[in-house]
Amino acid sequence: MTDKTTVVVTGLGATTPLGGDVPSTWSALLAGRSGVRPLEWDGVEELPVRFAAQLAVDPAESIPRPQLRRLDRSQAIALIAAREAWGHAGFAPPVKRNRKGEIEQPAPDTGFVVDGDRLGVVVSSGIGGLHTALNSYDVYKEKGWSRVSPFTVPMLMPNGASGHVGIEFGAMAGSHALVSACASSGEAVGYAIDMIRAGRADVVICGGTESCIHPLQMASFGAMRAMSTRNEEPQRASRPYDKNRDGFVLGEGAAVMILESEEHARARGAEIHAIAAGCGYSGDAYDIVLPDPSGGGQAKAMRRALEDAGLGADDIVHVNAHATSTPAGDVAELASIKAALGPAAERITVTGTKSMTGHLLGGAGALESVITILTLREGVVPPTANLEDLDDEVDLDIVRGEPRPMPEGPAAALNNSFGFGGHNVSVVFRRAV
Amino acid sequence: MAVATEQQILDGLAEIIDEIVGIDKSEVTPEKNFIDDLDIDSLSMVEIAVAAQEQFGVEIPDDELRNLKTVQDVINFVQNLQQNGANA
Repeated sequence: MTDKTTVVVTGLGATTPLGGDVPSTWSALLAGRSGVRPLEWDGVEELPVRFAAQLAVDPAESIPRPQLRRLDRSQAIALIAAREAWGHAGFAPPVKRNRKGEIEQPAPDTGFVVDGDRLGVVVSSGIGGLHTALNSYDVYKEKGWSRVSPFTVPMLMPNGASGHVGIEFGAMAGSHALVSACASSGEAVGYAIDMIRAGRADVVICGGTESCIHPLQMASFGAMRAMSTRNEEPQRASRPYDKNRDGFVLGEGAAVMILESEEHARARGAEIHAIAAGCGYSGDAYDIVLPDPSGGGQAKAMRRALEDAGLGADDIVHVNAHATSTPAGDVAELASIKAALGPAAERITVTGTKSMTGHLLGGAGALESVITILTLREGVVPPTANLEDLDDEVDLDIVRGEPRPMPEGPAAALNNSFGFGGHNVSVVFRRAV
Repeated sequence: MAVATEQQILDGLAEIIDEIVGIDKSEVTPEKNFIDDLDIDSLSMVEIAVAAQEQFGVEIPDDELRNLKTVQDVINFVQNLQQNGANA
């Protein structure tokens, strides 16, 4: 153990291809259900990939139209996830500021009132407001500059989601957005832990969001040959560790957690879902898209995460892997896990939940953090879906078919996220006991 | 375009404001100040002005927009332009 401030998780929120909130997403994960569906666009037949893991619930169901039209879809879903996490943590409805900057306090007895000066936000997106950027360009070409929405800039900037969450909840300790492709929201969790340890905040709303299922993105990732082209069987396309995997499946969604200093959480009698024990980072310094083939960078991130958490390899019982279902990436990560954990790797369980959610890019680290927290709290590992024919190179214990119960008692788990640019991040959670 | 009555401009404006910022039409009355009473921000005012220009067939230059502080100011501005036909 270390003398660092203990940071705990007190609220969870998500809107994903599996459900509009955390409970529905979690039950779909345990059922091994796929959130992948065919795309129904005009001209979709021109694309190399014609399916994606699209949101289960349209954001228009909970955000009124006037607010929605000034939010990029990625920002709207971040707000939805943040609202769920905020309520789950038992906080009072947020303080409101009007256009003159005056603050309106929430009604009494509606929950714990968080001090805005001690409240931070770290909400990441890997891509930002792609839909907005492209739609606004279409408007510009058709109708000229004066018809372009004056909200285009705040809607396309990748820190927009963080800004909107900060405004909604009155977070004045600082609002941040780390951008590191598919590692973005893993890094958001790490930064949030550090904000609390550094004494900058008592409570941090952290997470990630992504919504870029757009023909350009299907074409761009298609051009990289990075995505599965199993167009005839979309629900079986994301299949980490399976011999016949052929690439990742693009997903959209948002996931948000409330992190809090243990002292603050205990003082208000909050329910603690897990301990956010630490985070490790590394840079591959190798290639802009390919991971370092030696796996050294990924292993370093995991080792540094353990060190940051004051834990040893033997404390780890489970890894929620990055596992995007690409032929090279999945097995390379397993080699990195073995390098990082040594003989302890033989005893852990590994799962790849992108088999069901698709790959949320900048939202992936946050969603899989939420899943890792639930895995520890509920004591059950969701299976890797579509794993029918195990790759010969896989020699770790991958949970598949059915959810697997975990042993009771103290336990810690890693959640890995790796991003284009050579960003590696591993977050450690401990079971609250 | 035919010259609109004060009531027609008010109704049209209320509809635009409802659509863009979600304020109920009944709230939009002539004496209301956009910022102080209706809590509308400056970027939304730009959107409302663009929509009003399309609906009423008038040009609202940016420096004029700054002077339009109340609903009545917009009504007067639009009526004046429709009657006189130019940004006098």
